[in-house]
Amino acid sequence: MTQDNAFISFRNVNKFYGKFQAIKDVSMDIGHGEFFSLLGASGCGKTTLLRMLAGFESVSSGEIYIDGQPMSGVPPHHRPVNMVFQNYAIFPHLNVRDNIAYGLRKQKLPRAKRNDMVEEMLELIKLPEYGDRKATQLSGGQRQRIALARALILKPKVLLLDEPLGALDKQLREQMQLELRALQKTVGITFVFVTHDQEEALTLSDRIAVMAEGRDLQVDTPTRLYENPKTREVASFIGTMNFFDGTVTSLKGDTAVIKVDGLGEVSASMGAVPLLAGDSVNVAIRPEKFVLTDEKPDGVQYCVKGQLNNAAYLGERSHYYISVDGVSKPVAVSAQNRERAQETETQSRPVWLSWNSAAIVVLKD
Amino acid sequence: MSGSYIERPNRPLLIYAVLFLIVLYLPVMLLPLFSFNDSIYVKFPLKGFTFQWYIELMDRDPAWAALRNSLKVGITTALISTGLGIFAAKAITRYTLPGRGPVVGFIMLPLVIPGIIFGVALLVLLSQLGIRLSLYTVTIGHIIICLPFAIATMIPRFEGFDKSVEEASADLGENAWWTFWRITFPMVFPGILASLLLTFTVSFDEFIMAFFLSGTDATLPMYIWGQLRFPQAFPSILALASIILLVSFILVFLGQWINRSATSDSLESETNT
Ligand SMILES: Nc1ncnc2c1ncn2[C@@H]1O[C@H](COP(=O)(O)OP(=O)(O)OP(=O)(O)O)[C@@H](O)[C@H]1O
Ligand SMILES: [Mg+2]
Repeated sequence: MTQDNAFISFRNVNKFYGKFQAIKDVSMDIGHGEFFSLLGASGCGKTTLLRMLAGFESVSSGEIYIDGQPMSGVPPHHRPVNMVFQNYAIFPHLNVRDNIAYGLRKQKLPRAKRNDMVEEMLELIKLPEYGDRKATQLSGGQRQRIALARALILKPKVLLLDEPLGALDKQLREQMQLELRALQKTVGITFVFVTHDQEEALTLSDRIAVMAEGRDLQVDTPTRLYENPKTREVASFIGTMNFFDGTVTSLKGDTAVIKVDGLGEVSASMGAVPLLAGDSVNVAIRPEKFVLTDEKPDGVQYCVKGQLNNAAYLGERSHYYISVDGVSKPVAVSAQNRERAQETETQSRPVWLSWNSAAIVVLKD
Repeated sequence: MSGSYIERPNRPLLIYAVLFLIVLYLPVMLLPLFSFNDSIYVKFPLKGFTFQWYIELMDRDPAWAALRNSLKVGITTALISTGLGIFAAKAITRYTLPGRGPVVGFIMLPLVIPGIIFGVALLVLLSQLGIRLSLYTVTIGHIIICLPFAIATMIPRFEGFDKSVEEASADLGENAWWTFWRITFPMVFPGILASLLLTFTVSFDEFIMAFFLSGTDATLPMYIWGQLRFPQAFPSILALASIILLVSFILVFLGQWINRSATSDSLESETNT
């Protein structure tokens, strides 16, 4: 994303709470109409970043731009963003209709027009009969939708969502994910979505910022984050990853030949990492990129013999843990159960692992 | 529900409660009893039923003047101390003040310091400043002793709601002023009403501060105190006291009722979530 079409920009943003630094030199750009997620473990600063964007917390240094405007000193009620709070923050003394219409006061609309807008919103969030309900007489999922409608009716340029699905059960959560995504497509508003659930981030987002301890580690599309993580930290945070130690023996153009402990010599594309012969590197391979066979396979690029010593049957797929000589941790392999599985398949036995060079991600130590 | 362990009728507890109420209210109940007694002496046996003392009370202009003074002082005190209390309670619960603990402690101090000490201290201060004693000075004294009641009544209301609703209001485009009127005020309103009733009652009944700080205008408790010297006035003072008793009961009952219906409202909403 270039800075020209960036809609929200963080420039070297730092945040201190007293001596504690919650945000460390974050710079990133969010594009117009993007579904952008902040993903990271608890306490990594996602909420802090969102609250700084909404104007509830000041930045200690650096600057946030929205639509080209610097936001320092702009109070929350003058920012073109609206927020869906983690606990929804529904106004308990107002009914659903008045909750949704709350932000319209300043527009001084005629009553009929205002009511139409509210009805439209109720329609959009699929709660058309609920206008006169007390806001406190609603389920969690319904509250979440009211909070959404209350923000959307103001046609904000940016909608901020702080773990809006965190409190919902799995089924409702998945349904709301679909609805959120569909809604974002219909209204075309930029969404900045906070979550600590990587699966949720991967399914919903156009791009994701992976955060840890106040830093942004990598900002990328879900596919690139999964397939081309830039650091070991990101690689291990998103999904499962096998890491092997290796040393670069030679370089041929874009390809590096790497001697990997236990796996032998492999060649792989270097990606963006500049390497020199003699560098020690991490070779990373996703569990599902391995193929598992009982006999030595023919016509594969690389293979190695190992001992299957642990397996977990998960229905649609199985996880296998294979010890390979020269590799410290058992190699995790995940395979789709295409055939009907037999009990015997999980038994301990010698097996062959095969893979090709496209599966290899090279990470610098 | 009614069969549960906690809600089982408990005879010893019931007897205790009845005894407690008798001991508490029997002396008080003697006032209205003797105010209808057809005798100038407060002693048994009762003579006969009469409205005479109430009628006599109607003709006592100083009593009416004292009542007006007490109402003026009480209403002003209730409005000002509740008004100040709203902002104090908001500040105490919403912002991280440096030295918050000591500040709250000082605000609450008048609850435990004897009124006579405050009265004397204020009297010294006012005479140093050359301010003449009047109903205004009484009102100042009453505001000081009522403020802790007001704050203590409202703090739970402020603590009872999540500050993110105020943030949500700001987020939806309202500034601090409108957020206060559209969100904070309606949500703490039952607490404000309860505080108004309580501070009014405290001021209306207060004697020591009024004794030290009033000029020529007496408040009702002072008028009663002054009349105790005259035996022939005593029955109509009993009548006056009975009226005050009745009005106080009504006010307290009203306050309880407001608070209870507000609480049951929020309880109802809890159970529905
Ligand atoms: N008001 C505050 N004062 C001091 N420290 C704070 C404050 N708010 C947050 N922090 C600290 O800043 C760090 C980031 O907090 P933040 O709430 O942004 O985390 P988060 O990523 O949203 O976590 P979670 O997923 O648990 O919500 C945490 O270590 C937290 O303890
Ligand atoms: Mg958070």
